[in-house]
This record gives sequence, C-alpha cells and structure tokens, in this order.
Amino acid sequence: MNESKAIVSIKGLTKTYENGHQALKGINLDIREGEILALLGPNGAGKTTLISVICGLVSPSSGTVTVDGHDIIRDFRITREMIGLVPQELTLGAFERVGNTVAFSRGLFGKSPNEAYLDELLEELTLLDKKDSMVQQLSGGMKRRVLIAKALSHEPRVLFLDEPTAGVDVELRKDMWKIVERLRQSGVTIILTTHYIEEAEEIADRVGVISGGELLELEDKQTLMEKLGKKQLVIELKNPVDSIPAQLTDYGLELSDTGAKLTYTFDARQERTGMTRLLSSLSEAGLQVKDLNTRQSSLEDIFVDIVKADA
Amino acid sequence: MNTEAIKAIYKAEMRRTRNTLLQSVAAPVISTALYFVVFGSAIGSRIESVSDVPYGAFIVPGLMMLSLLTQSISNASFGIFFPKFTGTIYEVMSAPISFFEIVVGYVGAAATKSLILGVLILITATFFVDLRIAHPFWMIAFFLLTCISFSLFGFIIGLWADNFEKLQLIPSLIITPLVFLGGSFYSVDMLPEFWQKISLMNPVLYLISGFRWSFFEVADVSVGVSLSMILLFLVACLGIVWMMFKTGYKLKP
Ligand SMILES: Nc1ncnc2c1ncn2[C@@H]1O[C@H](COP(=O)(O)OP(=O)(O)OP(=O)(O)O)[C@@H](O)[C@H]1O
Ligand SMILES: [Mg+2]
Repeated sequence: MNESKAIVSIKGLTKTYENGHQALKGINLDIREGEILALLGPNGAGKTTLISVICGLVSPSSGTVTVDGHDIIRDFRITREMIGLVPQELTLGAFERVGNTVAFSRGLFGKSPNEAYLDELLEELTLLDKKDSMVQQLSGGMKRRVLIAKALSHEPRVLFLDEPTAGVDVELRKDMWKIVERLRQSGVTIILTTHYIEEAEEIADRVGVISGGELLELEDKQTLMEKLGKKQLVIELKNPVDSIPAQLTDYGLELSDTGAKLTYTFDARQERTGMTRLLSSLSEAGLQVKDLNTRQSSLEDIFVDIVKADA
Repeated sequence: MNTEAIKAIYKAEMRRTRNTLLQSVAAPVISTALYFVVFGSAIGSRIESVSDVPYGAFIVPGLMMLSLLTQSISNASFGIFFPKFTGTIYEVMSAPISFFEIVVGYVGAAATKSLILGVLILITATFFVDLRIAHPFWMIAFFLLTCISFSLFGFIIGLWADNFEKLQLIPSLIITPLVFLGGSFYSVDMLPEFWQKISLMNPVLYLISGFRWSFFEVADVSVGVSLSMILLFLVACLGIVWMMFKTGYKLKP
C-alpha cells in the first residue's frame, strides 16, 4: 500500500443545510489509495452527509474535496467516474429487472456495455439467477446486493459503503467482506460507515471517528486501539478468596464468581498504570499470583469513550 | 459529453413504456377512437363541415394535440418525478453527467413516446375519416416542436412537484381546459364575439390552429403567429430548465 498518496483529499469541509443545521464542521481528511477506512459515528454524526458531498449529492458550504487530484465540482466528470456509492437506504426502482438496472448504472457512469463483466459481478453476489427478476420482488438482503452490483458496475476506484451491513444476515456479511477483500487486492479504496465497531475492527486499516460533524480521531486501527485502549489486567490467584481484601479496595478491582480471578482495569493512555503498585499491594495482602494476563479493550469501548469525552 | 448515460436513461425510460404499454399507448388510442365516435359521428351528423372541411377530419389535428400535450406532459413529468419519489435519483445525481444530458435523456424519451402516440392516433383516424395533409413539412415541424416543448414543460413540472397532487395539478387544472377551449372541436369563429376575444388569449389555440393549417390550410390565426408562439414556448421552457440547472433546483440539498 502506498501510504503517502491521498486518493481523496478533504480540506476544511463544512455543510450547513438550508434549515440552518450544521452537519459538517470543518472536516480535514486524506483517504489513502488502496486503504479500507471505516467511519464510525453515532446517528446524525454527519457520516452520510460527508459521503454525499464527495459523491456530488450534497453541495458543500465551504471547503474543497479532490479525488485523485481533481476537484469534485470543477472536474465532476472525472471524479464521479472513479466513485461508486452504495447508499444507506434501499433505494431501487420498482418496475425494473436486476440485469437491466445494473446495466443502466454502468451506462450512467459513461462506460460502454460489458455483459461479461456484469454477469461475473452478479455471479459473485449470487444474483446471477435473479438477473431477470423484478427488483421489487427481492428480499431486503437481495436488494442490498443489487445496490452493491450497481455501485460496482462501472468498475470504480473508490467505493463508498454507507452502512452496508444494516439489516443484513451473516451470509451476506461474509459475502460482502469477501468482495471487499477482493476489491482491496485489486487496489480499490473502500470507505465504509458503520455503527458496528466489530466490523471496523474486522476489516478496516484505519478508523475515523465522527461525531457532531467533526472528525474526532483518525488513526490506524492498531494505533487507535493502543493509544486509546483501556487495558485489563487479569490476575489469577493461587488460592481463591471470598472477598477483596481491605488493602486493595482503592484499585476498583472486580472479583470473579469463583473468587479465583481479579480484574484490574487501567488506562493505557496514562503514564502510570498503577500496575506495579497493585502487584506489591497484592503480596502485602498475602495473595499469591498464579497467572497474569492483559487484555485490550475493543474498539467499541474506545469509541464510546471518545464520543462521551466530546459531549 | 456522456453519450452512454443519455443512452442509458433513454433506454430505461423507453423500457418503462413497454412495461406499461397498455396505459401509455393503448389508452390514448382508445380514447381517441371514442372521441371520433362521439364527436365525429354524433356531432358530425349535425355540423357537416367547418370551413369546407368535413367535421370528422376537422377535429383530427385538435384530437392529436389534445393527446400530445397531455401525454408529453404526463410522460415527462412522471419520468423525472418517479425517481425523485423513490429516491433512485441519487444515482443520476452522483453520475458523471450534466443536467443537460439528464434533460436530453428524459425529455428525449418522453418526446419519442409522444411521437409514436401521435402517429398511432393519425393511423387510427384514417379508419374513420379521409385525411389529407396539405403541408407535410409544416405538419411534421409542428408535431415535433409540440412533442419536444411539452415534454420539456412536463419535465419542469416533474422537477418542481414534490408530491403527487402537484404533479397532477397543472395538467388537469390548466392544460386540459386550455386544449378543450383551444378550438380542438370547433373553429373560433363559431363562438360569440366575446368568447372569440377570450379564446385569442389561449396559447393552445395558436398551436391547434397552426397544426390544423398544415393539414387543411384553414386557420383561426396566421400560421406565422402560431409558429412564433410554439417557438416562444420552447425557448421559455429551455430558459426555465437552464435556470433550474444553474441553481441545482430542489435536487441537491
Ligand atoms: N437534507 C437535510 N436537511 C437538513 N438536515 C439534514 C439533511 N440531511 C441530514 N440532515 C441532518 O444532518 C445531520 C447529519 O446527518 P447524516 O445523515 O449525515 O448523519 P449520519 O452520521 O449518516 O447518521 P446515521 O448514522 O443515522 O446514518 C443530522 O442531524 C441530520 O438530521
Ligand atoms: Mg447515515
């Protein structure tokens, strides 16, 4: 992966809707070519608005966005051809057949017909046998697949997935991650928004956290977890205890039901974790340690922390 | 110029017509045939001819205009309103396509449908009356201009309307009365003088008059005026569409 090259570059982007609501408050973000970027944020954070501006669906109030060096407004023909979008809502025309609607998308984006490619795409999304079905007769999950096929129909270099797994079963999720992986291999940049932290944790290279129209964090997934992660120290005792000894009450320890495990939660961001002190307190209390092990908190916990701190 | 996109929109719209063939084509043809039976036969047996043209033939241009106007408007307005309504317009809006190309695709398809319809009505008419077309070139010119300009007008309505009621409002409240009062079924000089004056304020009258002239060389107003009126209307629609394009009218928040 080429880390230095930004495929999408967002500078000072703001959006105030006509009703006066400011949905984006000065977003600066460089999306690297070939990466998978997950945008996390609560409802109303501005994720869809951000994506909509880049795709040309919403006019920005100020700031600039370039895709591969081209301005999204001045050079919209160049930038939009490079972009595919799977929208959050299941928006599909009613009286259309799957094959037709996917071919329509390809044409709309200026590409000449290529049935072989589209069939391959439908095959990959297990839609090929539905090619002649009317879209309104498909299930929700199938409709989502059709939307993905439409977004990929013109072979975009940048793909936006706006909450791709909302209302989607395990099967489709797996299929989707397979496609995402295949796309990444072929060099496609993928930006996805999600509420599900495990998802970001599972497939993203970097994670951005958006809340209240601001980009609060943007880190490599690993760095973010290290930087912000709460860690837990699990202490296994040689001899179980009935209750936490008085000397140890200050540490906020949790005792397991069996009385054999103590869990200590500390902030990896702090310089002093208190671990050493805890260990000496343990021996002062006469407890013998059988095993020690630390555990990273999940992105979910991190995310909740960031958004809370900002509120 | 993204010609693939224009083709895609055009084809999708024409496909929609095929899916709703009965509603789009059969219904207007049937109602035209009914008009012939009711007006041509029933009234025609009392009014034998208007300006030396047999009444049955006299009403053909008016009947065509009635269908062309209403169908152009409803086809084009629905064509753009529907994707707005279902949300699928997002795709068109995010595509590398200019407003001009969007208009060509949608309006082109709507105008094509009207053209097909007009030809079908003309063919239907020949089963009922003897038709002659004195000025085929001008007949085709009026025919084309009407299909294009009223499809454009319909497109504007479809963009402007944000609910089904508004979509129906202008066609049913303005266009249909104007066409009926525009001399589709009579010549203006059959009216009392006061109503003649009122009728001259009806733009559709000029359209029907010019179109009828191209068939029978009889007209309520001069052909030059008719032609200017339809051209003026076309330019006005183009102007409005251009303005909508400049402001991203109602399509982009
Ligand atoms: N067209 C609009 N007009 C006015 N306000 C809008 C419009 N679209 C969105 N908003 C507001 O802008 C804010 C951001 O909305 P946005 O859809 O970008 O959030 P989101 O992060 O995608 O949320 P979710 O996770 O629920 O999809 C919200 O407060 C929303 O109400
Ligand atoms: Mg959203």
